[in-house]
Amino acid sequence: MNFWMQIFANPELYAATLAMATPIALAAVGGTFSERTGVVNIAMEGIMLVGAFFGVMVAAATHSAWLGMFGGVIAGGLMALALAWPAIRLQSDQVIVGMALNVFAGGLTAFLLNTVYGYNGTPTSTPSLPIVTLPWISHIPFIGQVIGQHDVVVYLMFLFVILGHFTLFHTNLGLRMRAVGEHPEAAETVGISVVKIRYLGVTIGGMLSGLAGVYLSLGMLSSFEVNMTNGRGFIALAAMIFGKWTPFGAFGAALLFGFATALSIALQGSGVSANLVGILPYALTIVALTGLIGRSRPPAADGLPYVATK
Amino acid sequence: MPLYAVLTGLILGGVIMAIAKYNPFAAYAALFSGAFGSPTAIGNTLAGAVPLILAGLGIAVAFRTGLFNIGAEGQYWVGAMAAVWVGYHFPTMPWIVHVPLALGAAMLAGGIWGGVIPGLAKAFVGAHEVITTMMMSYIAILIAHFMVENGPMMAPGYVPQSPTVAASATLPPILPAVFLNSNLSDAFFIAVAAIVVVHIVLFHTTLGYKLRAVGFNARAARYAGMNVPLYTVLALGVSGVLAGLAGGVQMLGVDLQLTDTFQSGYGYTAIVVALLARNNPIGIFFASVFFAALSAGSQIMQINAGVSANMTDVITGIIIFFVATDRLYGYWSQKMRPRRPSSAAAIISGKGESPQ
Repeated sequence: MNFWMQIFANPELYAATLAMATPIALAAVGGTFSERTGVVNIAMEGIMLVGAFFGVMVAAATHSAWLGMFGGVIAGGLMALALAWPAIRLQSDQVIVGMALNVFAGGLTAFLLNTVYGYNGTPTSTPSLPIVTLPWISHIPFIGQVIGQHDVVVYLMFLFVILGHFTLFHTNLGLRMRAVGEHPEAAETVGISVVKIRYLGVTIGGMLSGLAGVYLSLGMLSSFEVNMTNGRGFIALAAMIFGKWTPFGAFGAALLFGFATALSIALQGSGVSANLVGILPYALTIVALTGLIGRSRPPAADGLPYVATK
Repeated sequence: MPLYAVLTGLILGGVIMAIAKYNPFAAYAALFSGAFGSPTAIGNTLAGAVPLILAGLGIAVAFRTGLFNIGAEGQYWVGAMAAVWVGYHFPTMPWIVHVPLALGAAMLAGGIWGGVIPGLAKAFVGAHEVITTMMMSYIAILIAHFMVENGPMMAPGYVPQSPTVAASATLPPILPAVFLNSNLSDAFFIAVAAIVVVHIVLFHTTLGYKLRAVGFNARAARYAGMNVPLYTVLALGVSGVLAGLAGGVQMLGVDLQLTDTFQSGYGYTAIVVALLARNNPIGIFFASVFFAALSAGSQIMQINAGVSANMTDVITGIIIFFVATDRLYGYWSQKMRPRRPSSAAAIISGKGESPQ
């Protein structure tokens, strides 16, 4: 009992939870934008990898982590266009295109890492994004230790979760996005361009996934490693579903999944299997999908290609 | 169409290599010689095709029924775990009993993993199989790690790996005098037999007809009195059985034990195989050999031409992309023609080119 008390009373666990939840939440909010407009995005994993790689590449070339972040976000957005175009214009199967992008991104980033930087990896002089210490808050006991000092992207994540919620549910644009994802024919009838809204949704999704990747390569580290996303893009997919396609829900699910990861790290060497703790996010997602704790229902037109009838 | 996708992938791959200042012709020549340049290389390529054939057949059966089993990788590993467990637990069993028992366990495990849980969830509460099979896949891999990292299947000692399967549970090599030191085992015959069986079941039995009817139009099949939930569970179950068998034969024929990596990639490549073959069992054979050759040749390409072996993933990604965007070829020529929406099932259900 004492053992568990020690683990759960340690603010480090919750600070780590937040750090682990950040890339998942960013990508999951991004995925929410994509799927709310009706395009299934299982390519978050690949887009994150591309964002992570090009983030480091730009940062190493310009010696600016901020420019690197910018580069990674743009790369993520461009990668997402490779999903958006066939999904929107060619009515391709979005799941299969997403899979293609994941395989392609994994291969391309590994190939470029070897080709551009050789076997020593990315330059050690690559800058990383700054760690921010919040004034006042960081001095509050416990809470300060949990949220007071983090990589700048962690705070950006909070911003984007709130902004995402506000955009989707309290603006005209958000209403249009949701309309396009639920009933594109009706949306088109009232003069909304389904094509434009879908491009926008997928691109926003890609940029947020790109930022998630940048956090992994320039936030947590200052280098790129082969397949460094390690399945986080798929966990983000799960978080999006578990969060019922809402930014706050996605953030909550990301916290839960981040907690599972932080806990499995805290439990290392304790005899409790980290692997079994790691099952939690995936099992919870299946439970969420089977409706045992409130049914998770996707947008009605999610994954369905839209063909304009003139 | 799939041939166009392959050609496009190889050409664009070559362009990327050329941009990176490699000689694409030298790279492809090295790749080819790595895959087919010697009897051993041919043996290894065919051996690499075996798990792809089996898992690819499973994915094709699901696709034919309108279901996307994206979790074959996990089903492969539960099959592998079951086969290895049976393989080392009964050291004195006769071969004729031991091998079928181990493979049966692998099939059962894969079937439960792929069929019962995602199948029931799909059939009765509509949980999307893409997500459930993917989640089950991750769970399987974590369980596999647990098993050999101080878990119940760890061999004595400190190395995270399982004991080796007993000699009575191994699949013997084919013509070891010809395919010197290659991984080619009797598993190859099992894969070929599976192609024949799946072909017959899909196209020459009522069951196969009903599976395809559900895949073609689930609503119409329901009105025609077919038990759609049953065929959903059955299709995902068979899909899992075949992916589990892939893991089983790989363990008994090549790996002989579980080691702590659990990244075969066969389950994912098998999806590509099924897509490229348009779910045709015979096409799956050739698609599997193609991707096994890419994989086997990539190492030689890296050594002889200096091109990173990951290039083959780039090519594979491009191929899948162009399989999914097959409308691209007609896009510019007939830009104005209205098109009906596609789905995973519609894209790969053959569009009338199936043998029946």
